[in-house]
Order: sequence, then structure tokens, then C-alpha cells
Amino acid sequence: MDVKLINPFISATTNVLGTMAFINVQTGKPYLKKNDVAKGDVTGVIGLTGVAHGTISVTFQEKCILKIVSNMFGEEMKELNEEIADAVGELTNMISGQARKELEEAGKIFHAAIPSVITGKNHTIAHYTVGPKIAIPFYTDDGSFTIEVCFER
Amino acid sequence: MDTSIKVLIVDDFATMRRILKNILKQLGFKNILEADDGTTALEVLGKQDVDLIISDWNMPKMTGLELLKKIRADEKYSKHPFLMVTAEAQKQNVIEAVQAGVSNYVVKPFTAEAISEKLKKIIK
Repeated sequence: MDVKLINPFISATTNVLGTMAFINVQTGKPYLKKNDVAKGDVTGVIGLTGVAHGTISVTFQEKCILKIVSNMFGEEMKELNEEIADAVGELTNMISGQARKELEEAGKIFHAAIPSVITGKNHTIAHYTVGPKIAIPFYTDDGSFTIEVCFER
Repeated sequence: MDTSIKVLIVDDFATMRRILKNILKQLGFKNILEADDGTTALEVLGKQDVDLIISDWNMPKMTGLELLKKIRADEKYSKHPFLMVTAEAQKQNVIEAVQAGVSNYVVKPFTAEAISEKLKKIIK
């Protein structure tokens, strides 16, 4: 997969988490993911169309997303619930939007659907297209999250 | 900026409605209504006078752009302040919104200061 398709998602994630949740993230090394099991407890998934078809997903560990949403709301969130799931959907939406803006500047136009959210330990992520899944780990002081990018071959 | 006005926030994500409501409250707004998509927003507008609409773009049933066009076609709301707050940041989106009569445009993610600055430009 072209690295130029991956980098905008990294910068988008850093921007969204920094602006909306005041959280600094460290980016880990991207790798090719071989299975469908999510690396966390709650996942936002969004389909993309345009110059290519694909999906991106954002999977958060529980501790991580509780901290993020607590910061976004200015109020301590203590458990995974519908409010947290909703926030994951919106975070996925914002990351997608920012990445698509950067991809547009590179001449690649994408459109996005409304995200869906999956919760539960060991849930699986069904990407809408068949293609290599690139996983990008991110680390915060309160746990990690992973973005997966999957574009059709 | 007149913060006594009635504001309608339209977004299918409760998270975003909550964040925007918090920001508006910090700015002194007290009269804040919510709708979870364009269709619900029209129902609210049909029952109450609203002075400012803040809307997302991508929503089920009716998008923010469709809502904007419907509002601008209504003489009562043809000139009302309408702030689009959306993750849609591509040039064509902004062009379409401007052509449809949006008052101003904020791209997510945003700061409270960015919202405040945009509101000051469109509210007396």
C-alpha cells in the first residue's frame, strides 16, 4: 500500500486527539495485520469511496477512550457505554475528515459514509473491502489505540 | 455578541451536540435546543422561533446541506445565521455550502475559540 495513503491518517489522528481531547499521541510503527480481531474494546469503522474503495477503523483500549472522552467532555467518564460509543463514532468521523482533506491536497478525493461502532472484548472488525490491512498503533499516557487502513487491491 | 438568542444545534452524534452546547454555555448562551438530524431540525423550526442554527453536514435522513437549502428557501429563515460545523473539509464542500447560503463554516476538530470567533462574525 502506498505510504502516501497512510500518512494523512497519522497526522489527522494527532490533530484530532490534540485539539478535541488535549492529548498528545506517540505513533508506533505501522505493520501488516493478518487477522480481524480488534486490538481494543471499542472500534469506529468508516467506509471510504472515491479514487479507491476502503475502510478505516479506530480501535481504543477502554482506559484510553475513557480518558479521551473525559477530556472532551470536561467530566470523568467511568465506563464503556453508549456515550463512549457515540464519541468513538465522532472521533472516527473527524479523523476521516482531516485525512481526506490532506489526501485532497495530494489530488486524491475520497468521500466517507457515516461511521458505525462495534464494542466488546475480542470483537472483530469486518473491513468492507478485500485488501491488505495496515495497522498503525498509537500510544498515550493512558493506553493505546490502533488505526487500521484497508484499501482494495 | 447577543447570547440571549435561541440556538439550535443539529448533529447526529450526541457527543458533538454536548461539546458544542458546553462551548455555547461557556460563551453565555442559555437558550439551546438540539436535533439529531435535518428532519428533526425542521420539526423544531416549525414549532419554535430560532435565531441561530449550528449544523453538521453528514447526517442520516437529511444532511446539513439539504437542511440549509430548505431553510434558505423559507422566507422566515432565508437570512438567519447558519453555521456549518463539520468534518467535511474538502474545497468542494465549502463551495457548495457557500453557494447554498451558509453564514460561516467550521471544520472539525475545532477549539472553543474558533467557534467563538465564527459566531462573533455572524451574530450581532
